[in-house]
Amino acid sequence: MQNKVNYLLRLGDNALILSQQLSQLCGRGPALEEDMALTNVALDLLGQTRLWYEYAGELEGAGRDEDKLAYHRDAHDFKNCLLMEQPNGNYADTMVRQFFFDAWHYFLIVGLTRSSDARIAAIAEKSLKEVTYHLRRSGDLIVRLGDGTEVSHAKTQAAVNELWMYSGEVFAYDAVDDAMVAEGVAPAADGLRTQWLAHVAEILAEATLTMPPADAWMQKGGKQGRHSEHLGYILAEMQFLQRAYPGATW
Amino acid sequence: MTPSRETVIPAKAGIHAEQIWAWLGEVSDPEIPVISIVDLGIVRDVQLAADGACTVTITPTYSGCPAMQVIADAITDALHAHGLQDVRLQNQLSPAWTTDWMSEAGKAKLQGYGIAPPAQQVIDISGLRAGVGADGALAAISRRAQPRLTVACPNCGSRHTEITSQFGSTPCKALYKCLDCREPFDYFKCH
Repeated sequence: MQNKVNYLLRLGDNALILSQQLSQLCGRGPALEEDMALTNVALDLLGQTRLWYEYAGELEGAGRDEDKLAYHRDAHDFKNCLLMEQPNGNYADTMVRQFFFDAWHYFLIVGLTRSSDARIAAIAEKSLKEVTYHLRRSGDLIVRLGDGTEVSHAKTQAAVNELWMYSGEVFAYDAVDDAMVAEGVAPAADGLRTQWLAHVAEILAEATLTMPPADAWMQKGGKQGRHSEHLGYILAEMQFLQRAYPGATW
Repeated sequence: MTPSRETVIPAKAGIHAEQIWAWLGEVSDPEIPVISIVDLGIVRDVQLAADGACTVTITPTYSGCPAMQVIADAITDALHAHGLQDVRLQNQLSPAWTTDWMSEAGKAKLQGYGIAPPAQQVIDISGLRAGVGADGALAAISRRAQPRLTVACPNCGSRHTEITSQFGSTPCKALYKCLDCREPFDYFKCH
């Protein structure tokens, strides 16, 4: 049961941290349409976070609801992968991060619709159309940025090169993931990675971008609570109110 | 005006589920007030127990839809106002809401309100659960496989329109503009 709680928390943490990052662009998007899109994607991810946290809290049975899980944990308790906490950077950085995430998220959620856990399958089914829309959008933008101007191409290629080493952690399974695969709760890493690589290769090729080697060295640690310095700043802003006024409610 | 305690009609014997559906049909969507929550297809079930307890099952349009709490409160308020004391809300995620559940009357009301209703079939994810392989899953995200959408302008009816933004004022809408009457308009996305 503890493995499932941890697995659900990871799903929630990945969605929440990326959602918080995207929310920071509200009112600062490079164009009005992008501003709305980023915040709408953030909203979808926030909704999914609540569903994962709600289930995790119920299974855990320790009285932690979605708000406690989001606001009353410190950086080492968060188990999101390092990719999600990478800074927004320029717009190419934001969109490459999003595309790497969306491609993994899509294949993961497809796999989770077949989960042996009916509630996880239901949450995945609810999320799938949202996640599909996100991936179509971010893939489309990568092509437009990569196959755009010289400047947009250069910035997008730089972002791909920079973020590539954070793209592999989602496929680096540990004891928690392995237990979930064994129970039929979660899809295996190999199949997901093959699908991810194929789709990313297709989009990057269409975007006239060079894909770094699939066997490149990859950063790890987020899943185990070892984070980059970025997460502390993200949480400091997200959790400010609860840290300043513990237990405050609307 | 909030009904005072005295004006609340006491629960009557002989209320049927159809009556409750009709009452729910008067509860507006908080963001698109011209359509009701029944038109929108988010009320999935109404159960009336022998002891008078009423359970309404609703499903969210989008995971993060901020209107869900407002809708739940509006349902409770509406049924209380009709004299039902014991109202329970149940959230159901599966099967996931789709714009196919929107009533024809609801689509017509959207059109009249200046929002283009969903124009094509929803994204087909039906095969995924059954175990269609990577090919089936990829078809949903492939850039080339996307049909070109024709969205008619809700103002002048022209089909000569183009997308401005994949997201609009809410997650359920995209922004379009009409190339004939030049009006921008909201399009309720297929979902």
